[in-house]
Amino acid sequence: MDWSFITEYYPLYIESAVLTVTIGGLGIILSVIVGILCAIARYYRIPLLNGIAAAYTELSRNTPLIVQLFFLYFGLPKIGIVFSSETCGVVGLAFLGGGYMSESILSGLLSVRKTHLEAAASLGLNGFQTMTNVILPQAASVATPAVCANVIFLLKETSVFSAVSLADLMYTAKDLIGMYYSTTEALTMLVIAYLIIILPVSIVFTLLERRLHRAGI
Amino acid sequence: MDNEDVVIEVKGLKKSFGENVIINGIDLTVRKGETVVLIGPSGCGKSTLLRCLNGLEPIQEGSVLLHGEPVEYGKRSLYKIRQKIGMVFQDYGLFPHMTVLDNVMLAPLKVQKRAKDEVKKEAMALLERVGLGDKAKSYPSQLSGGQQQRAAIVRSLVVRPDIMLLDEITAALDPEMVHEVLNVVLDLAKNGSTMIIVTHEMAFAEAAANRVILMDGGVIVEENPPEKFFKDPDTERAKRFLSTFSYSR
Amino acid sequence: MRGYEVLFAGNNFLRLLGGLWVTLRISLISIALSLVLGILLGAAMTVKNKAVKAVCKVYLEIVRIMPQLVWLFIVFFGLTRSTGVNLSGETAAVIVFTIWGAAETGDLVRGAFVSIPKHQYESGLALGLGKAQLYIYVILPQTIRRLTPNIINLSTRMIKTTALVSLIGVTEVLKVGKQIIDANRYDAPDAAVWVYAAIFLMYFVICFPLSVFSKKLADRFK
Repeated sequence: MDWSFITEYYPLYIESAVLTVTIGGLGIILSVIVGILCAIARYYRIPLLNGIAAAYTELSRNTPLIVQLFFLYFGLPKIGIVFSSETCGVVGLAFLGGGYMSESILSGLLSVRKTHLEAAASLGLNGFQTMTNVILPQAASVATPAVCANVIFLLKETSVFSAVSLADLMYTAKDLIGMYYSTTEALTMLVIAYLIIILPVSIVFTLLERRLHRAGI
Repeated sequence: MDNEDVVIEVKGLKKSFGENVIINGIDLTVRKGETVVLIGPSGCGKSTLLRCLNGLEPIQEGSVLLHGEPVEYGKRSLYKIRQKIGMVFQDYGLFPHMTVLDNVMLAPLKVQKRAKDEVKKEAMALLERVGLGDKAKSYPSQLSGGQQQRAAIVRSLVVRPDIMLLDEITAALDPEMVHEVLNVVLDLAKNGSTMIIVTHEMAFAEAAANRVILMDGGVIVEENPPEKFFKDPDTERAKRFLSTFSYSR
Repeated sequence: MRGYEVLFAGNNFLRLLGGLWVTLRISLISIALSLVLGILLGAAMTVKNKAVKAVCKVYLEIVRIMPQLVWLFIVFFGLTRSTGVNLSGETAAVIVFTIWGAAETGDLVRGAFVSIPKHQYESGLALGLGKAQLYIYVILPQTIRRLTPNIINLSTRMIKTTALVSLIGVTEVLKVGKQIIDANRYDAPDAAVWVYAAIFLMYFVICFPLSVFSKKLADRFK
């Protein structure tokens, strides 16, 4: 292991890790929003929107992110829709993640038992009050483990960003391997960088799930 | 007769699921302070009738009027009418993410917008009355079935409904818990609550009812005061139904 | 030439399908190997020995924590460097996807066994079944029912993930697409949108029926 190489180039990794986390974070937040909207459209079977949300969910879940990104980044500009690499990363991740989030959130909403909906109705709660007081709190705790799993999955998917020329961690590693043949060092730093990003999130989520499990909701 | 007294009035009610006719023309009037007990074999339509009274099911013919106002499935204003109808279900339907007290206070606070202090006082008093004063801060999952069902009754009572609908509320309970729940209901009946009760507990029906209604095949077969119905029913069907509850060798 | 005409000009479409087959072949080989290794691993995870359990668990978590692309890099660039053996991109991909697939399959197998309620074993034994009979007639059929939809899901995940091999130099459908786009960049400058849309749909046509099928199976076995 060449330590001088590592001390020289680790700032590059920090820079690209920040980029990975920023683009990834934005994409994940957006995917939760998209997921909630789609899940609500499907839960209430809102005409037209229900169909669009269902079709979108299937399209996003049954195609690879790298192909989605290629279409966004190399395909769409040819018909005049131009994205920067960064926007492309955020939009691509949100497109992919929105479908996964929508499935998880919808199954959370659907897990609320019919008796609870009828009990709410017979107490005189209107649709909005039922949603906020009865459905959402229960759906949230049911959907949380799946949503957390999606977040980890999406964090890992960010590794594809280099395909659309984002200077992310993979891009940096590949660059260093190509330029200096310092494969071992470049890969070691790559693994450590991803561990630093993913491990804490994974541990926090595990603890959260354990708490939810103990609460027994 | 004084029409002011009529709480709920059902006229020519018909209800079917597809081809399957569940309720085939029912007329029913319930007055203030009356306790009506609905009995009948499984699938006779008694639970469905109760659900129609609360607008939980669409109906094909006839009408349900609460104080002269129509109760219609799917109507936007339905939730306003439902505040005047309390309903308790077989499987409790307590919200698992709220404490017992929060379950009880939800509707008065969110729907009726009453003052929190007053609601809390009343909720605690009612919980004490059904023997759950010490369980106010517990979550439903920490309670026995009987305790959950008593809490569910309180949750409906605190809204001060004009009528209570109880749908087989002891059917999911262990036998030794049935009593504690029915005692609460009996207490309500004696204190003049207006109620329609669907049950399989004949001894309870005899003790609580002002009027017993036997349903079969989606229609009312017999309607009599309990002392008449259980001692000397008018119809053969009622005799046969009652005989299924006794054992002889 | 219009963009979409490029798709069907010459043998372009066949070339794209050929590229798709490259990734599909990698997935199919990896899925087959994963099944064999994963079932063994899953069986190992259900044994009572704590050390065996711990080793399996650590293996699963290590594989899971890293993005698959990082593993591809480690095997493709790293192994080559440290062992001197020159792996082709395809071989590296099969190695990575098998290691990953075996870990996930193992976890699914374990989950399926654990999900069989205890009373199923007890009532089987109470009927006087022998141990082998108990497994053949009672436990395995239920395990397989629970396992099949999850394995199909895992397979679609693996098929989608193999699209990454273009990033370690394998000439698969995305690379072939790029070649076609480049060759036609003067005649049909908008070919890219059609070619990538076509590749997108190709993956959808493969993965969507599998998802539907697995959902149907899961619903039926519920």
